[in-house]
Amino acid sequence: MDLFEYQGKQFFAAYGMPVSPGEIAFSVDEAVSAAERLGTPVMVKAQVHTGGRGKAGGVKFAADIDAVREHAGNILGLDIKGHVVGRVWIEKASDIAEEYYASFTLDRSAKLHLGMLSKEGGVEIETVAEENPDAIAKIWVDPVVGLSEAACREWVAAANLPEAAVEGSVDILQKLYTAYTEGDADLVEINPLILTPDGTVHVLDAKVTLDANSVFRHEDYAQYDETQTRDERETAAHEKGLQYVGLEGSVGVIANGAGLAMSTVDVVNQVGGSPANFLDIGGGANADVMAGAMEVINNDPNVKAIFINIFGGITRGEEVANGILEAMQRVDIDSPIVIRLDGTNADEGRAILAPNLSDKLMMEDTMLDAARKAVELAS
Amino acid sequence: MSIFVDENTKVIYQGLTGSQGSYYGGLNAEYGTQVVAGTHPKKAGTAVNGVPVYANVAEAVEATGATASCIFIPAPGVRGAVMEAAEGGVKFIVAITEGVPAHDEAYFYNDLKANFPDVQLLGPNCPGIISPGKCNIGITAGHIAKEGGPVGIVSRSGTLTYQALYELKQKDIGVTTCVGIGGDPVPGTSFIDCLKAFEADPETKAVMMIGEIGGSAEEEAAEYIKNNMSKPVSSYIAGVTAPPGKKMGHAGAIVSGGKGTAQAKMEALEDAGVRVGHNPTEAGELMAEIVAGL
Repeated sequence: MDLFEYQGKQFFAAYGMPVSPGEIAFSVDEAVSAAERLGTPVMVKAQVHTGGRGKAGGVKFAADIDAVREHAGNILGLDIKGHVVGRVWIEKASDIAEEYYASFTLDRSAKLHLGMLSKEGGVEIETVAEENPDAIAKIWVDPVVGLSEAACREWVAAANLPEAAVEGSVDILQKLYTAYTEGDADLVEINPLILTPDGTVHVLDAKVTLDANSVFRHEDYAQYDETQTRDERETAAHEKGLQYVGLEGSVGVIANGAGLAMSTVDVVNQVGGSPANFLDIGGGANADVMAGAMEVINNDPNVKAIFINIFGGITRGEEVANGILEAMQRVDIDSPIVIRLDGTNADEGRAILAPNLSDKLMMEDTMLDAARKAVELAS
Repeated sequence: MSIFVDENTKVIYQGLTGSQGSYYGGLNAEYGTQVVAGTHPKKAGTAVNGVPVYANVAEAVEATGATASCIFIPAPGVRGAVMEAAEGGVKFIVAITEGVPAHDEAYFYNDLKANFPDVQLLGPNCPGIISPGKCNIGITAGHIAKEGGPVGIVSRSGTLTYQALYELKQKDIGVTTCVGIGGDPVPGTSFIDCLKAFEADPETKAVMMIGEIGGSAEEEAAEYIKNNMSKPVSSYIAGVTAPPGKKMGHAGAIVSGGKGTAQAKMEALEDAGVRVGHNPTEAGELMAEIVAGL
């Protein structure tokens, strides 16, 4: 779950980290009254789940209320890499002496938490990593041991932050680690972490991704689920509890298991087609789940053919076949369906499907042949 | 031979009294697995399909001499269940449960490493492990695998593993052990753990490795294969066309910051002398060729 910047700042503030006062606004009028309450100058910042806001004109300094009105008007509705800005964060402007970078994420290879700190903030960390890797001080933290103050100090020293920034950084980084672990985050990133001319260290931007698997112990995370960026199709699939990722093509894909679903998308591409989605209906393939999946696919106007790829394991071929037929009765499908059914009792399952085959329901023995057929029907 | 588990492995099912636990525990027992005990803090003294239930893993180990455990506990309880199994004296833990928070996984992985270095964890979010004809722990349909050898399988994906087992069986090729390491960010058992065990197992003559996008486990495996494996390996990587930044069903299947792409993994594997198929069928055919040439 990706948080908007302002949600990330509120999340950080709850762990005691210093952020600037600000308010969220959904309209120009709300932006103006927020700025009036905060007092100018302010920053007007687009809230979108993507980077590169500044370059796209989504972050502006406003010296006075007229400027707030102008910038909010321009930014609201702006399309930043396909994300249309629906809300802006109005924040008290800060004076900046220096900009740093700080983050924690999981190092999957080391199986430890990885903290990164750099004196070169305000630019993309990938760029720093490429051009000047020595400018990034890394620390690996064992989750069982945690981050001690002493280790944190060594880390800050390794990053060569100026004396004036040391105490504030040590404090913020320890809190950042707590927010990261207690908050079950996949990523917490402050870029930039700033030093102000009067010598305080301060969080100026926040990027937070939370682990959706942890919501059982964070009831308040439901609010973030509601603000995820999803297209209509993804919203419908999410409501049905389906693992769905929207793509751009014309072949709707339904498969059981994440690996097989990924593989199905790949094979459609491989034979010259373009998949409309990734959809994993899980290990089984009963009529309810299948009907839900078909409904989601059917509502995608780009879909011209549907490829159902099921491998029966514990779930037998007969059950899968009956599930598909029952689902087809419940959902009025517009596009032709190509089925590939393999695995446990595949022959029995195919025998059930056989009398129902038509130009709307076709069957192929192999994944490749089924993909070719679906691609042909979609073009 | 097989790796990690065989016909002598006695298994405790944590969560045997639940719907998933009793269903798959029953199927595993039918297959011939020594399902010797279940655990439940409040149901000690009862039984599920004739399998006795104990209050905790330590008591179950004491009573049965079990050395392995299979976890069917819901995600919030998995961290506790893994540590209970290790503290109870079990040496091989299979965690089937999906949806375990990554921070829990990182925590118990490191806790086990530091305090129970001789305990091997498989999973979470994995289909389990099957040594065909001997022992099946988890949710794999046993009959889709042909027993014997000479192939060992290790995979991050459930259904693609079944697909592989099935295709090999169709070609009359047997499997020594098939290990599903799971699709989460911090798997307890890695590709390398399995490759190492297959390399040491005299009955395994070739290895099939099924990976997917996300992380760098396949690249690390490729490095290991290049330097340490004498046995031929075939591979398939799912997610060639996955869009960046999206989790493809598995929590660990995500291309982030340009890292973890299928292309990079396939290149690393090919560079290590691994024969890489471009779809599951091709990977199966490559393995059949390898087996024919053994």
